[in-house]
Amino acid sequence: MGSHENHGSAKTYILGFLFSLLLTAIPLWLVIQHVMNKTALTVSILLIAVLQLIIQFFFFMHIREGEKPRFHVMALVLGAVMVFTIVAGSIWIMTFNSQVH
Amino acid sequence: MGEKAKGFFVTGDPLIYGADVSIIITLLGILIFLTYFKKWGWLWREWLTTVDHKKIGIMYLVSSLLMLFRGGVDALLMRMQLAMPNTHFLQSQHYNEIFTTHGTIMILFMAMPFMFALFNIVIPLQIGARDVAYPFLNAMSFWLFFFGALLFNLSFVIGGSPDAGWLSYPPLSELAGSPGPGQNFYIWGIQISGIGSLATGINFLVTILKMRAPGMKLMQMPLFTWSVLSSCITIIFAFPVLTVTLALLFVDRFFGAHIFTATGGGNPMMYVNLIWMWGHPEVYIVVLPAFGIYSEIVSTFSKKKIFGYKSMVFSMMIISVLGYFTWVHHFFTMGAGADVNTFFAITTMAIGIPTGVKIFNWLFTMFRGRITMTQPMLWTLAFIPCFLVGGATGVMLAAAPADYQYHNSYFLIAHFHQTLIGGVVFGYLAGLYYWWPKMFGFKLNDRIGKWAFWTWNIGFYVCFMPQYALGFMGMTRRVYTYGWDMGWAPYNMVSTVGAFLMGIGFVFQVWQILYSIKHGERDLTGDPWNGRTLEWSILSPAPHYNFAHLPAVKSDDAWWDMKNHRYGAAVQDNIKEYTPIHMPKNSGIPFLMSACWFVAGFGLTFEWIWMGVAGLAGVGICLLARSFQRNTDYYIPVDEIKRTEASLGRVV
Repeated sequence: MGSHENHGSAKTYILGFLFSLLLTAIPLWLVIQHVMNKTALTVSILLIAVLQLIIQFFFFMHIREGEKPRFHVMALVLGAVMVFTIVAGSIWIMTFNSQVH
Repeated sequence: MGEKAKGFFVTGDPLIYGADVSIIITLLGILIFLTYFKKWGWLWREWLTTVDHKKIGIMYLVSSLLMLFRGGVDALLMRMQLAMPNTHFLQSQHYNEIFTTHGTIMILFMAMPFMFALFNIVIPLQIGARDVAYPFLNAMSFWLFFFGALLFNLSFVIGGSPDAGWLSYPPLSELAGSPGPGQNFYIWGIQISGIGSLATGINFLVTILKMRAPGMKLMQMPLFTWSVLSSCITIIFAFPVLTVTLALLFVDRFFGAHIFTATGGGNPMMYVNLIWMWGHPEVYIVVLPAFGIYSEIVSTFSKKKIFGYKSMVFSMMIISVLGYFTWVHHFFTMGAGADVNTFFAITTMAIGIPTGVKIFNWLFTMFRGRITMTQPMLWTLAFIPCFLVGGATGVMLAAAPADYQYHNSYFLIAHFHQTLIGGVVFGYLAGLYYWWPKMFGFKLNDRIGKWAFWTWNIGFYVCFMPQYALGFMGMTRRVYTYGWDMGWAPYNMVSTVGAFLMGIGFVFQVWQILYSIKHGERDLTGDPWNGRTLEWSILSPAPHYNFAHLPAVKSDDAWWDMKNHRYGAAVQDNIKEYTPIHMPKNSGIPFLMSACWFVAGFGLTFEWIWMGVAGLAGVGICLLARSFQRNTDYYIPVDEIKRTEASLGRVV
């Protein structure tokens, strides 16, 4: 267990927590205040979601640590495939036959 | 009784009153027993606060057998209602509630905990570890499951059971379709236990990757361990989808949103799409460990190395990933279009290939093996033809155009019961018989076990084969009664007889356990089956630190090779000095925190905000209390290890 010396400090955790709160509050505010049209809103929320993901990776999941980054890469690739399946699959399925009409 | 209490307690049905009385009598009995024999302290110290994976496994096992009983009673009630046309044994509403709770309980509160029981009892022993990676989290998972299941089961005497089917499709499960608390019980029961399931998935993934005995390479792991690894990967990717889907449904019901409503911009079909993204991987989550169990048993009782170890590993990993790409076959009839249906029909059929590979590997392992017909082997042998038929009917259902005919008919019901009973339940029972001596130190009686085996098996075919025919005859699932003119009566009667045979099989098993506690053959060697993997290298039941010396592994089938080539720590001529063993301390926090979740879930079910907030605050306090605990581990001194090993008869 000795090789894992750095698990982040209180400062990085609090910073990460504040960032993730902020990135949750912004899309909520955007939706409630109706500040954009539908397409712009969707794109903004998606972008903020990606930012949120990055924050989680770096501040809480210690993506840069570990003696074997190979595992990280494998897990991330599999995760990316799954996310692609969920998002693209749902869009494809839920467009319902529109290509036939 | 006041008006308010009338709405709170379920009233009006003699069956429910009977249940009320028996619940109260059982509770009183337990309370009196614990108080009279002064067992409260023992219960708290030895069980409620334990972080020992073996005890947690036993608690999972007991809970899952109780849930098997409850789900089984639901099944028998349904079969009694359907035995004859125009029966008025159950009202339509009551029937809806029963098929809903039967499905939910059997998958989430029977199969899952039964699987976790085997994870807990076997995995650390099999990989030569002293506990799981996160013992505290492990206790947390159990108690979250326990209180989630308790919340769900409470619904039938308080508030009313959910009645929208085991996956609760909207719009029926929305507030407009199901206004009472029943649907909230469903959401919170599953949400609370779902956190535990996800945590278990993470826990065992890390345990397997990080805590293997020195020298054990990935490709030397026993196949059950591989199957758990693949199942955990699937859990980690599938369970968050369930949590999010049910959370969205809750947002609809609680805050009046329109995510899945048919009006206001919502789309109920999105729920169907999302829930099956969990629902389909879920069946692979439960069946993969069963495949692992069969592999261990076939190899042990054929006295041979498993045939095609590498292909077994690859096929399980392929199933665990490919299982994520087939979910649409549950709703081909939704009308997503020919291209979507074709894609998912092909992936569904493709998943039959790795499964077929495994079946051949088991057969080739048995080929020219010296087979002994023990109880675990019997269940394994029964599984192969049963799962084969279940798989074949699965491929029939996978043909999207034909599925329009079979969809939601009794053909489907027969198919998934055949894979889930023939594949999953038979597997877990085989595993139960196989590892029972390791858990409790004695074997289960053979003679009663054979009666149980044959009544279960004959009962299974008598129950479900007629249902394939009923499906072709047009009987759809979830009908609560039918007329004489349909011509379904004889088949339904036969099916009901089969269901009761399976019920008798279960009774035999309860008798078998009770009988064997007193008369069962004691296991004094720790290796009653002449096993091949590390769990058989230590005594039964295992001491609480599992391994006095961590075994040094040099090959697959490690214990078999240690026995035959005499290498490793377990061999007497190679005794090293004992060193103090580092172990986790017991904690009451998992129990208390899960109880707080229960309070929160109950409050939110009845929309009593004060109670929900109080419960969640309790959860927060428990989290805080835990994060400031520093004194969470201890060392077992060498003296105590020596004494324990000596008392178990091992030379020191």
